[in-house]
Amino acid sequence: MTQAGPTPPATFLGLPTAAPPSAPRGVGMLRGDEPFPAAARRALGDAQLRRNLGKATTTIRGRRASVVAELDDWERLRAAGAAIKDDVLAHLDDYLVRLEQQVTARGGVVHWARDAHEANQIVVDLVRATGADEVVKVKSMVTQEIGLNEALADVGVAAWETDLAELIVQLGHDRPSHIVVPAIHRNRAEIRDIFVREMGTTGGVPAPAGLTDEPRALAEAARRHLRQRFLSARVAISGANFAVAETGTLAVVESEGNGRMCLTLPDTLITVMGLEKIVPTWRDLEVFLQLLPRSATGERMNPYTSMWTGVTPGDGPRAFHLVLLDNGRTATLADPAGRAALRCIRCAACLNVCPVYERTGGHAYGSVYPGPIGAVLSPQLTGVTDNPSLPYASTLCGACLDACPVAIDIPSMLVHLRAKVVDADRGAGHRPTAEQAVMTTAAWTMAKPRRWARTLRAARLGRLLGRRRGTISRLPPPLAAWTASRDLPLPPSESFRDRWSRRQASAGGPDGSGGHDPQDGPDGPDGPDGPDELDGPDGRTPR
Amino acid sequence: MRVGLFVTCLVDGMFPDVGEATVRVLERLGHEVDLPLAQTCCGQMHINTGYAREALPLVRRHVEAFEGYEAVVAPSASCVGSVRHQYATLATAAGDEELAAAAIALASRTFELSEFLVGVLGVTEVGAYYPHRVTYHPTCHSLRPLRVGDAPTRLLRAVAGLELVELPAAEVCCGFGGTFALKNADTSTAMLADKMSRVLSTGAEVVTAGDSSCLMHIGGGLSRLRAGARPVHLAEILASTVTSPTAVPPAAASTPVTTTARTVR
Repeated sequence: MTQAGPTPPATFLGLPTAAPPSAPRGVGMLRGDEPFPAAARRALGDAQLRRNLGKATTTIRGRRASVVAELDDWERLRAAGAAIKDDVLAHLDDYLVRLEQQVTARGGVVHWARDAHEANQIVVDLVRATGADEVVKVKSMVTQEIGLNEALADVGVAAWETDLAELIVQLGHDRPSHIVVPAIHRNRAEIRDIFVREMGTTGGVPAPAGLTDEPRALAEAARRHLRQRFLSARVAISGANFAVAETGTLAVVESEGNGRMCLTLPDTLITVMGLEKIVPTWRDLEVFLQLLPRSATGERMNPYTSMWTGVTPGDGPRAFHLVLLDNGRTATLADPAGRAALRCIRCAACLNVCPVYERTGGHAYGSVYPGPIGAVLSPQLTGVTDNPSLPYASTLCGACLDACPVAIDIPSMLVHLRAKVVDADRGAGHRPTAEQAVMTTAAWTMAKPRRWARTLRAARLGRLLGRRRGTISRLPPPLAAWTASRDLPLPPSESFRDRWSRRQASAGGPDGSGGHDPQDGPDGPDGPDGPDELDGPDGRTPR
Repeated sequence: MRVGLFVTCLVDGMFPDVGEATVRVLERLGHEVDLPLAQTCCGQMHINTGYAREALPLVRRHVEAFEGYEAVVAPSASCVGSVRHQYATLATAAGDEELAAAAIALASRTFELSEFLVGVLGVTEVGAYYPHRVTYHPTCHSLRPLRVGDAPTRLLRAVAGLELVELPAAEVCCGFGGTFALKNADTSTAMLADKMSRVLSTGAEVVTAGDSSCLMHIGGGLSRLRAGARPVHLAEILASTVTSPTAVPPAAASTPVTTTARTVR
């Protein structure tokens, strides 16, 4: 085992003595610059973005739904996928060691990285050792997570993204906004402009003169640009979709074949992999190679599935390095109510069905992992205090859970993480927020039925607020957030419980003296409501 | 059957007609309905906003309030969903296994109105009359966690005089989401705008659903736009009969009026 960093990281695969570390600050892309509501607000104002997202997610959603419906054992596949991943997570220490043994036995070198800093340093050192000043990259989420391209740039190594969408993102000095379709926020015209403007800089093959925004023309321009990169690069960097512990085999699943060029042409291949990407046996791939393409792109079978085991003399890279990354994963694993997020196979089906993601896009989440899975994964990798708004970036509508191929209960996990956010805030020792005050007061009010009944009677005063239109159109904060776009009905002149009590009392006694007097307290601005109306057939109360 | 009405805090405080309608439907079908006055709020808002500590006493109160009822029925899928899918987890996390066991027992006899009528009682025809053009929004909690399926539309199709118009992209969330509507008001509004445009595209007079909360959101948006279409809870439609029809509620006045809401109507 090749060690990186001063302390042998193997110590925390045993019994940890302290809480496992979170992904460190100041490196990588797991934290946004502003809270989700503010970032979302700006994104919502971009009509072009919303149109692109609406079109793209609707298309993928439809495709996924139709290919999933073809399989009568889809639910069993999902259950199998979840069970395999849970087994991996429960015995991760064993599987990781087995993977290391197998990769090493087949000529690969395994490196262990506790966090983004260590992983970046390992890769930087490996690349420098080859003498190369450029690398080609296979589309990978984990290298975005740790900010590897930036770390390489800092030491003068250029990292060329070769996935078409990642290339668009890189040339546009942009950030990915979707896990599978990173440039989902761009349309053809924007892509053409980026190609024309950027391809010729940094020594690349420029876009051809008169480039149009026809998809074929754009693809051809990208192909010519990338071909030169493939042929000149001596080092490639990839992520991994799966690593088979039994055999030491790594797998990358992609659609263009550009990944395969990177995996086969250069002399040195460096793969960075989150340590949860393991499957125990070769046979387990059967489950995931069915679940992933159908969920991700709505395809029955994936176009380019590349697998490699160590190094093979005379065929492919001569040196293979595998960097196993923690970066908050052990911390996530430590939480029984949150660890299922590590089942994720990055298919993005939850993004495509999420009504929040569809409107805000991925950048609003701040992290490279957006959408529902990002809202549960990012705060766990960084610790909730660094991403406190993400668990609230959901209506808990549940569409993500239904779409997830490994049945991650994202809504329940969001609720769990919200409690962690609130508790962390309370534990921080500062003054209670306005929200905390409201919530505590509401709980106090609801703790006793008589208190609650009195509160509802007092709420009748709210009828004064809407006497002009018969509805309430303006309220002070925090309810101003409601009335900014929605009217609020007038509170009724009588709560249901008071109406019920009065009805029971009048049924049981001549004057209703058996219960409390439902008419105590102030009358609403409409004056007393006659018992005739309240006891009428539908008991209508003006709203 | 002796049914405990789990009226929900929102219906209790804001929409008593929905509670009344639920009672009428159940009584019309020959069941005895009781309102345990010990109930206040199920605690869902607290749970879903992260205030598990504050929610726990509310959960305990709710479980105790409904002890002894053969069935507990609520005009809300999300509140039933909280009892069914959150209570036991919350109690267990707080180390109260006794409460968790009681919560699981309560969950097994707590039903949303449409699933109780169709799934438990096996009734789709409730003797209702509602001569209006109606579109149905399946709220997320009825659609997904509760899986009430087509129970609400089967009930609606059996209502005399009712013209049911299909809502396009009905399964998409309206954007309410409890405190999401306030904490992420802009995104909530963006989702609401799309839901409203689909409701309006149906030309329906009335949009109905099984949750007053989502209807308050959709209806609040429609009212702000003076769009005409009104929110009416499923229970109110099912309660409506030839002899005592539920009126379509009035729209908010389009220009300020000097008298009260009652006069407007």
